Amino acid sequence: MHKILLKEMLAERTWHMRLHAPLVARKCEPGQFLMLRIRENGERIPLTIADWDRNAGTIDIYFQELGATTHLLATLSVGDSVRDVVGPLGNPSEIEKVPGTFVMVGGGFGIAAGYPVARGFKEAGNRVVAVLGARTKDLLICEEMLKAVCDEVLVATNDGSYGTQGVVSDVLRTLLERGEDISLVFPVGPPIMMKIISGMTRPLGIKTVVSLNSVMVDGTGMCGSCRVTVGGKTRFVCSEGIDFDGHEVDWDEMMSRQKMYGTQESEALSNYHHNGACMGGSL
Amino acid sequence: MSSEAVKKKMANPRVHMPELDATVRSRNFEEVNQGLTYEQAIEEAARCIQCKGRPCVEGCPVAVSIPEILDALVNENLSEAARILQADNALPAVCGRVCPQEQQCESKCVRGIKGDPVAIGYLERFVADWAMQHASELPAEAPATATGKKVAIVGCGPAGLTAAGSLARQGHHVVIFEALHDTGGVLRYGIPEFRLPKEIIDQEVARLLDLGVTIECNVIIGKTLTLAQLRAEFDAVFIANGAGLPMMLNLPGENLKGVYSANEFLTRVNLMEAGRRDDSSTPILTGDSVAVIGGGNTAMDCVRTARRLGAGRAMIVYRRTEAEMPARVEEIKHAKEEGIEFFLLTAPLEVKGDTEGWVNGLTCQQMELGEPDDSGRRRPVPVPGSDFFLEADVVVNAIGTRPNPLLTAAAPELKLNRWGNIACDENGATNLPGVFAGGDIVRGGATVILAMGDGKKAASAIHRYLTGVNE
Repeated sequence: MHKILLKEMLAERTWHMRLHAPLVARKCEPGQFLMLRIRENGERIPLTIADWDRNAGTIDIYFQELGATTHLLATLSVGDSVRDVVGPLGNPSEIEKVPGTFVMVGGGFGIAAGYPVARGFKEAGNRVVAVLGARTKDLLICEEMLKAVCDEVLVATNDGSYGTQGVVSDVLRTLLERGEDISLVFPVGPPIMMKIISGMTRPLGIKTVVSLNSVMVDGTGMCGSCRVTVGGKTRFVCSEGIDFDGHEVDWDEMMSRQKMYGTQESEALSNYHHNGACMGGSL
Repeated sequence: MSSEAVKKKMANPRVHMPELDATVRSRNFEEVNQGLTYEQAIEEAARCIQCKGRPCVEGCPVAVSIPEILDALVNENLSEAARILQADNALPAVCGRVCPQEQQCESKCVRGIKGDPVAIGYLERFVADWAMQHASELPAEAPATATGKKVAIVGCGPAGLTAAGSLARQGHHVVIFEALHDTGGVLRYGIPEFRLPKEIIDQEVARLLDLGVTIECNVIIGKTLTLAQLRAEFDAVFIANGAGLPMMLNLPGENLKGVYSANEFLTRVNLMEAGRRDDSSTPILTGDSVAVIGGGNTAMDCVRTARRLGAGRAMIVYRRTEAEMPARVEEIKHAKEEGIEFFLLTAPLEVKGDTEGWVNGLTCQQMELGEPDDSGRRRPVPVPGSDFFLEADVVVNAIGTRPNPLLTAAAPELKLNRWGNIACDENGATNLPGVFAGGDIVRGGATVILAMGDGKKAASAIHRYLTGVNE
């Protein structure tokens, strides 16, 4: 059992939690994730490890209430526990000194997943710029955290309520136009955003590493639920990633596979709202 | 024994295992084989002629004292039979259910020369189940004198559990590290409940816990901890993390929605209870017509599971004939009774899908058997112009597994063979002092009982390594 030590709402339906998980905290590196299961017969879901404290034995996760499991997770309070946490999983992001600027492009709650990588690149002596995107100002998360580890943080909101009006690709374009010498772009967020950013950088020959989020069961390479086509080859995101060359990913296939359980997920969510919530979250 | 008594024994036919009705069971997950009655078991045990050579024991990878157990059974001394069985075999209720006895102990039984061999598997199961039901009446095992030595076991599958049992009985302190959130390895996530109820695994594991074995779930060696850390903290390590990495079809369309590896399909249904319990939150695509590619026990487990989840058509697609199928004869028979369709001498060429990315069938090719290949089996050769389309809204790939590299990738000091399996000697010793390995990580995908045999052998070798003493 893993106790919840901190819980805060960052934006509508978007949460930050700190869990006691000393084995994971001792070993994790930027770019890695964990599998979490709330209760007996609950499903296993992957979540990026956004931060950790090796001495205290704690890890930080960020999640948005999207389906039944994340809704249930959001009902838990400080002092409650989740049944299973296993990790760290996936390969750590390759952090190195690059000749030019490292740009982390974060969308939605994916920003939190980009945070440890941006911090890692900063610690490796790079110029680091973060481009953060949110639908509206109230939904933007982790801005202060990123300011602390980046040379520059730029924000785009769809409605223009904060930062530039538009999307993250607009900001990236502005960066390029002003002559920023970008060596590496690291988009993390919804696949459509990662696809657009990869499409933008490809003709420019700017190396683009993406952190993929696909459907997972075990997270250790034994099932292939998370598989994607990269450079024409089938690859397992959990064990061979989660980072891949964004220019090589078959995005349409990846986005299609993400919808494999769309019907079941909506049913589970509506069951949750009808029964789970009033039955004390028995989901 | 008098020749008269032998003759009488020889006249008795082999017992028949009571089974659930096929039309009923093909829609639920209840155990198909119902187990022998007390009377049936005693009568079947009496068919054993207690021959001097004991070839059945040689046929058993963990060398269970079969004649002694059957003798105790004939004398209706059930607790003695249970004592001998449980001392020889860490998971007898599992083995009695899933071992291919027809290739092992029963294949050596002298009664099989003329007629049917003694139903050793059924009797093993009977004694093991009796022992579980009467656990409180059985004398508790005397705890072994602690040696003060610590052994780490990587993987809680059949090899790891067997080694743990042997080592704990020799007084070593054993800790099993398991990557998943529950015990049993393939026994839990792979073998469906209609062959092996989970309750059986729980009870067998509980017996190990009673011996003082510790099991740490959610720990992945190679990720959470490294082999080097285990070597620093323990006196010996046994690696038995299996071959849990699916081989892909490498056919166009294998990443369409609705295409599963057998491991994923079975893990969702068995470990995560998808499609089986209202309170399971793991989803599964059940499908109206399900095509399973392969001819092994895993393929049979998948296709029979698909049928139980409601598939109107559940089909096996296999490129050779039934005679070459690696699945147990009993499983093939059960599958047929449950309405499974067999497309034999049929090889998939492509997985086809609709414009939304959902699988809708397989393009297949008819095969015929040609000359024998390296394995001695006749090689399937395509029949020109025989392509046809097989409709399916779920496809499961059950063509096999490879060793999972998570541990070995993080332990470059460990020697592998050219297939990525851990290289070791006949006792399971690897190139690293104090590090042993066994089961599928050494053999590639094999059987539960071979993994258990490896576990038992490695446990003896580890005991010798730790104490310098033969057991």
